[in-house]
Amino acid sequence: MTHERERLRLKTWIFAVVVVFSNVFANFFLKRGMPPSLATPLEYITVLFHPWVSLGVLLMIVWMLSRMALLSWADLSYVVPVTAVGYVFVALVGKVLLNEQITMKRWAGIALIVAGVALVGGGSAPQTRPEPSP
Amino acid sequence: MRWLLIGIIVASTTAGEVLEAAGMRRHGEIRDFHPGAIGRAIAILARNRFVIAAVAAMAVSFFAYLGLLTIADLSFAVPATAVTYVLETVAAKYVLKEHVSWLRWVGASLVICGVVLVAL
Repeated sequence: MTHERERLRLKTWIFAVVVVFSNVFANFFLKRGMPPSLATPLEYITVLFHPWVSLGVLLMIVWMLSRMALLSWADLSYVVPVTAVGYVFVALVGKVLLNEQITMKRWAGIALIVAGVALVGGGSAPQTRPEPSP
Repeated sequence: MRWLLIGIIVASTTAGEVLEAAGMRRHGEIRDFHPGAIGRAIAILARNRFVIAAVAAMAVSFFAYLGLLTIADLSFAVPATAVTYVLETVAAKYVLKEHVSWLRWVGASLVICGVVLVAL
């Protein structure tokens, strides 16, 4: 039983990392490729074919599929806070790759998110409901 | 207009993620990650009513979010949509019947405060 728990925990962490980084880089590429404004409904579609935006959308698909896989065994109340660590990496990517400023308030927020993720991710098993019998 | 869009985003994201979690848990744990097995899993999931509804809700959320980003700052959009964390944790307990321990409530609350601070 403990072996089974360890297996599930390791698998959960691998998938959480894929979910977080596909989301972070999807947002980064979308932000890089987005024009300053979208005027007509048609532009919402044509913008999807811009190379950076396409790459962002591709990563969004990776994000969605890996998240679906993760949710096939892990609780939603576990997945939601744990993958919120992506907010931290989005801020860091903004600072390093886009030269954005990170204020003290943002660092405080990042610290709170990390504390929350550590509580949920380190303190509880990813799955509390038994598998429904098929 | 922006509050209408935020309402649409929050409602459709929460509905989409709860439906996704319900659909995936009905499918059961995905164990095989060979390309063929992934293809078969996607084919099965494409007929899962919960998953179809979840994808539709998320498409609504995605386009509403694109619309919001054109009329509002990113620093306004992100904290406003963090409301979904609260709604999803409540839905996990009452709709999905997950056992949300006090540790998870505290953790989720810290995350919400952090997201608002980061994005304000």
